Formats: sequence, structure tokens, C-alpha cells
Amino acid sequence: MSSVKIELRQDQIDKIHTICDSFGNQSGELINVLHKCQETFGYLPAEVQEVIAEKMEMSAAKVYGVVTFYSFFTMIPKGKHPISICTGTACYVRGAETVLNEFKKQLEIEVGETDVNGVFSLSCLRCVGACGLAPVVQVGDKTYGRVAPDDVKAIIKDYID
Amino acid sequence: MSLVKLTIDGNKVEVPAGTTIYKAAKQMDIDIPILCYMDLKDLNIENKPGGCRICSVEVEGRRNLAPSCSTDVTEGMVVKTNTMRVINARRTVMELILSDHPKDCLSCAKSGNCDLQDMAVKLGIREIPGQEYAEMSTYRLDTSPSIIRDLDKCIMCRRCETMCNDFQTVGALHAVNRGFNAVVAPAFEMNLEHSPCTYCGQCVAVCPTGALTEVDHTAKVIRALNDPTKTVVVQTAPAVRAALGEEFGMEPGTRVTGQMVTALKQLGFDYVFDTDFAADLTIMEEGTELLGRLKKHLEGDENVKLPILTSCCPGWVNFFEYNFPDLKDVPSTARSPQQMFGAIAKTYFADKIKVDRKDMVVISIMPCLAKKYECQREEFSVDGNPDVDFSISTRELAHLIKQANMDLNKLKEDEFDAPLGESSGAAVIFGATGGVIEAATRTAYELHTGKTLDKIDFKQLRGMEGIRSATVDFDGLDINIGIAHGLGNARKLLDEVRAGKSKYHAIEVMACPGGCIGGGGQPLHHGDASILQARIKAIYDEDEGKTIRKSHENPYIVKLYDEFLGEPLSEKAHELLHTHYFDKRKKIFQV
Ligand code: SF4
Ligand code: SF4
Ligand code: SF4
Ligand code: FES
Ligand code: FES
Repeated sequence: MSSVKIELRQDQIDKIHTICDSFGNQSGELINVLHKCQETFGYLPAEVQEVIAEKMEMSAAKVYGVVTFYSFFTMIPKGKHPISICTGTACYVRGAETVLNEFKKQLEIEVGETDVNGVFSLSCLRCVGACGLAPVVQVGDKTYGRVAPDDVKAIIKDYID
Repeated sequence: MSLVKLTIDGNKVEVPAGTTIYKAAKQMDIDIPILCYMDLKDLNIENKPGGCRICSVEVEGRRNLAPSCSTDVTEGMVVKTNTMRVINARRTVMELILSDHPKDCLSCAKSGNCDLQDMAVKLGIREIPGQEYAEMSTYRLDTSPSIIRDLDKCIMCRRCETMCNDFQTVGALHAVNRGFNAVVAPAFEMNLEHSPCTYCGQCVAVCPTGALTEVDHTAKVIRALNDPTKTVVVQTAPAVRAALGEEFGMEPGTRVTGQMVTALKQLGFDYVFDTDFAADLTIMEEGTELLGRLKKHLEGDENVKLPILTSCCPGWVNFFEYNFPDLKDVPSTARSPQQMFGAIAKTYFADKIKVDRKDMVVISIMPCLAKKYECQREEFSVDGNPDVDFSISTRELAHLIKQANMDLNKLKEDEFDAPLGESSGAAVIFGATGGVIEAATRTAYELHTGKTLDKIDFKQLRGMEGIRSATVDFDGLDINIGIAHGLGNARKLLDEVRAGKSKYHAIEVMACPGGCIGGGGQPLHHGDASILQARIKAIYDEDEGKTIRKSHENPYIVKLYDEFLGEPLSEKAHELLHTHYFDKRKKIFQV
């Protein structure tokens, strides 16, 4: 449940409407609509879900049900520097989990959360196609390979000025 | 349709293709246990998530057990429903469910009437292996004016969701989150109070566990009855008398009006009155309003909105306030009988017996959970003192009677007190779908034509179809009447009204299946329409047995207008008996 309260501007509402229209407002297309909206807004706050529900003539409870079912969707805005840890098979066997735990510890957040300053957020990814570098961590556009728990502090430091 | 032959527990059976194993077995009187599955066939509602697996059976040639509720039969199939393997699997399923279920049956509101408890008894569960280690999912308690959600007890059968979404089209509930955290909840996991919920209670009526229950006011009733400074007045809705007996093992459709009155008097209520009295009053007001609007409409007045919609069902009122706020001025402004009763009891009657309204407690017994919410509406109180203090359901009344160690079967019959206990047959039929509009027709016809009806029964308005329509000849003037029960059906008629395409002059809407007799506070009918039919019959029988069968002929109603109200739609009547509606959409999600 999102704790951030936002007010959508008319142009943002229009944008959501356009997205819904582009999928014919078909209830079967809800997941695609949500994908597109998340791409646009970076996350899916309750207010966006309400607009989608109204436009697609379905209950907000249903939209919320879908949003909370897929871990891909988030109701929390991403941090300025989103950190993604690959937990694909190769990365996993090479210790992605210990790296992930170290990030959680250092940042004091869980997967799917954003730290209080809005700087870092944490998420997991499936194989990002760089198995040779496993375990892999991405911060924004930058990729770090062969990451060990001991490297975590240094990575974070790169982004704190 | 092609037929499929199969064998179940050694016996051959032939069923249409597409039948599930569960239904085929049922035809042979084999009751395979179910939990999540629900078949309200007469309402065209089926819940088939195939999730709990308690209905598993063995199918020859298959490696895994099959969930019978969601597996179709195939030609030559050999099914066994009671092998050791099946029984063990069911016990395992049950143990798994129970390992994440609170163990407070002793004080649970559903105890004694709980499908999950019954199943544990049936399967002889005596211990729950590994429960010391099992983590319990916990969820905060959500209390609304009508309904309590205690999701720790939810088994994710999703029946409630089916009722709320498919039958009622309200969409207050949906499965949210995944795995261990999965629950059925309103959008953004808000409380029910901040969702589009209408408090119709149909989710409560089908929940197999104590996860959804009504807000129980029986303790408050006892407290009021024990307070010597209070004059305690009770009113009972028409549908209650047609179902209360079921809680005492009587056949569905047994009328217990007289025994109920005796029980209430023995419980210590000072005055035992009938909501039916107020139903007659509703007809006077609503009928007059209908005729007024009709007349203006025929004269070509464009400001007059037709059809007129009945407004005696608070579940329905909540529904249109949220879903059709643009049509706020279409429904009748008449308050529900419950509220009319309260308003008259705390003015006219309180004056008569010289009791201050603050010292009077008005309690209603309703088939309905929406009434609990309705009596808390601010507009139905005077200086913070509500017209109806609180409302209890038919089920709660049964609990009260049992607590007082009475058995309805053994009680003599008694009569309601005067003056607010007298009613016409027209009022009684309020409890069944089509009844309100039939009652209104009886009165409106005579007021409009000045003639006496020679045939009082309007059979064309009765029945169980979700949407019905009929035309009644008002002495040369054809009045088109629409009837809907279930909010999904109501929505269809309302969409027509919104589009300006409605052919009706008047529409009756009841939120619950079959009308109030199928209300969310009634003894559980488990979707068996024959029970609903039996209750409806009981109601029409009571009507037929009455000497006075038209609201405007109820002598106490005539007297009430003479002594107190003046005439229907008078200023006083407006103040006490009418209301206005709100745009609820704005109020929601704003927390
Ligand atoms: S009471 Fe009615 S409207 Fe409210 S959640 Fe239950 S089924 Fe839906
Ligand atoms: S609340 Fe009751 S009806 Fe709804 S899913 Fe849970 S157990 Fe089933
Ligand atoms: S139909 Fe009757 S029981 Fe159901 S919500 Fe309406 S008034 Fe209540
Ligand atoms: S598994 Fe991590 S990059 Fe392939
Ligand atoms: S009753 Fe068949 S799976 Fe639940």
C-alpha cells in the first residue's frame, strides 16, 4: 500500500486514458496497460490505478489485485538510483543472495522498497544475459560484475556525493 | 447434448458431456466434500477456483488425484470418491488449511454454523501436525458499520469475491497479493468502509468461515433490556418471520410470526411492534409520490423524472449513491420502512406514552446487514440521537432467543402490540422480490382510479427471475413496471435509465436474491433456491390470510395521518418520512 499521496495533473490523466484506449479498454489487456503506465510513471500509485479502473470500467479492487499479484509492478516510486540484483540461476549459484542480503542490510530496505531519502531502491531481476559476470548487479544503467558482499559498500558509495 | 458414461464408486451413471465429476456424483446422492466450490445454480452463480482440493477423488489411470469440482467427466471414466488414498489426501489438505487458521472456534461468531469447522469434524481431525512451526498469516481486523472482516480466518475460497463481483457487480472485493500474503480485500487494502461496498451482506452469506461476519449487537440488546430507565421498542421486518424458524430446525417456509412475538415479549421488550406498519406508511408516501410524478409527466412536465425507483432497500440505496450519483433524483425520496418506523416511534409514539426520545431505545430485527449501516446515517438522527438505535439480523435474534433458553418450537403464538403493530397484507409482501411494487400498485390503483380492485393479487409481478417486467392496466392507463433483484440485475435497468431508454414508469429494486427473504442477515440458504421459494410462499400466505390487504385501509395508518401527519407528502411527512441522497463516489478512497 502506497504511503505517498499524489494528485494527478490533467495531462497525466489524459496520458493514462490514451494508454487505455490504445489497448481498446479491453479488460484482457489490463496487464499491458499497467506495464505501459508503469513505464510512463515509473511506478503505479493508487491514483493511477483508480483512473485506469474508471476508464476500463472495472473495479479498482481488481486492478489492485493484479498490481499486487505480479512482483514486476510496484506502487512505490523507484529511487534516484535503482539497484537491481540478478537472481537468475547462474548468479544465484554464485552467491547473488548474499549480495542481496548485504544490500538490504546496508540500505535498511527490503526488495521492492525505496530508502527514506528516495536515493536507492532495491529489486531483483531474472537473468540479464551476462552470466559470465555472475553475480551481476545493476545500478541505473551501470552494470557491476562478479560482485561479492564485500563490494557492496563501495558500490553504494559511488552514488552518495 | 451427447451423454457420457462413467462409473463412480462402482455404480454406472450417464451424464451430459461437460458435467463435472462432483455434479455427476451429486446426481447419485454422493456428496463429495467441498470448501471453495459454490454452486448457486438457481442464481446462475458458480465459484470454481479449484483451489482447496478437499474435493479430490481418484480417477483410474491418472497418477494424481483430481479435484472433482473442476474436472469434467470423460467416457468410460472410473472414479472412486472414498478410497484410503482420497481420505488421506483430504485430511492432509485440511491439516494444511488448519495449520494457518486461528484455533478460537469456541468464541468465533461462526461457530456451529461454519463449513470449515464442520469439515474438520467430518474428517475427524484431532491434531494438526507441525503447527508449532507453522507461521500464521495475520491481517488486521476491519470493522465497518455492518460487517467485520477477520482475514486471519480466510481460506481464500473467493466465494465472497464471486458474489460481490459477478452477482452484485459492486466490485468491492478482490484477491490481492501473492502466496502467503494473499487475501481478499478492497482496493489498496482500504477498509470496507472506504470501498464501494453496499453492505448487502451477500459475501457474509456465503463465506464458509468466520472471516466475514456481521457486526453483532446482541450484547447491546441485552444491555438495553436490562436498563430500567429505558423504554425498549422492537420492530421486526417482514422477511424475518419467514426464515427465523429455520434456525430452530423448522422446515423452510414455516411462518413463526406469533412465536417470534412471544419470544420478544419474554425477552423483555416493552413494545413489540412490526416494521410492516411502517411498510404500509412507505406505500402511502411512495405511492402518492409515484402518482404525483406520473400525473405531471402525463401533463408534459419535463422536469419530472420517470421511472420512479423504490428506495426501501438500503443496500440498493448505497449502490446507486456510488454507481449512479448522476441519477440521484430518480429514486423515490421515501425512507425505508425501518427508518420510517424509527421516526414515528420516537415522535408520535413517544409523545403518546410520554417518554422522552432519549429514554427510548428502538431496535430493529432485520434480514439485512445494510440496515445496520442505514440506522447510523447522520440524516436519520435528531441531535445525535438516532431514530433507530441499532439493528440486529435474523441470525442474531435466533442467538438471543437461544441464549434465553427458549425454543421457538415450544412457544405459543402472540400478537403484536398496538398501534405500531398493525399491518396490511400489502406490507407483509415487502419481504419478497416484487412485493413492494405489488403493494404500491394495490394502493396507487385505487387512489388513482377511485375504484376498488376486485382482484388484489398481481401474479404477473411475482417470480424469481432476476429481471421481470409487467404492464398493469390502471383503468385505461398502462403502467409499465420493472423489477430487479440482485444488484447486477439492477445495474442493467439503471443503465437503461441513464441512457434514456427505459420503458418503465416504476422500478422496484432489491439488493438481495429473492428480495429481503434472501438477505445477508438471514439463516444461511447455501444457494438453495427452493429455500428462498419456500420463504416467499410463506410471505404470500401471510398476506392472503390478512383481512386488510391494502396499505391505505390499515386503520392505524389512517389514524396516524388524521392525528399527526396530515396527509401523504405533507410538510410533516417530508420531515419525518423522506430523505435525500448523496454522491458517495467522492467519499471513497479519500483516506
Ligand atoms: S456486503 Fe455486498 S457489496 Fe459489500 S463486499 Fe459484501 S457482497 Fe460486496
Ligand atoms: S473471506 Fe470468506 S468467502 Fe471470502 S475468500 Fe475468505 S473464506 Fe472465502
Ligand atoms: S434486499 Fe432487503 S435484505 Fe437485502 S440489502 Fe436490501 S433491504 Fe437489506
Ligand atoms: S543469471 Fe544473472 S546474468 Fe544470467
Ligand atoms: S472444492 Fe474443489 S477444489 Fe475446492
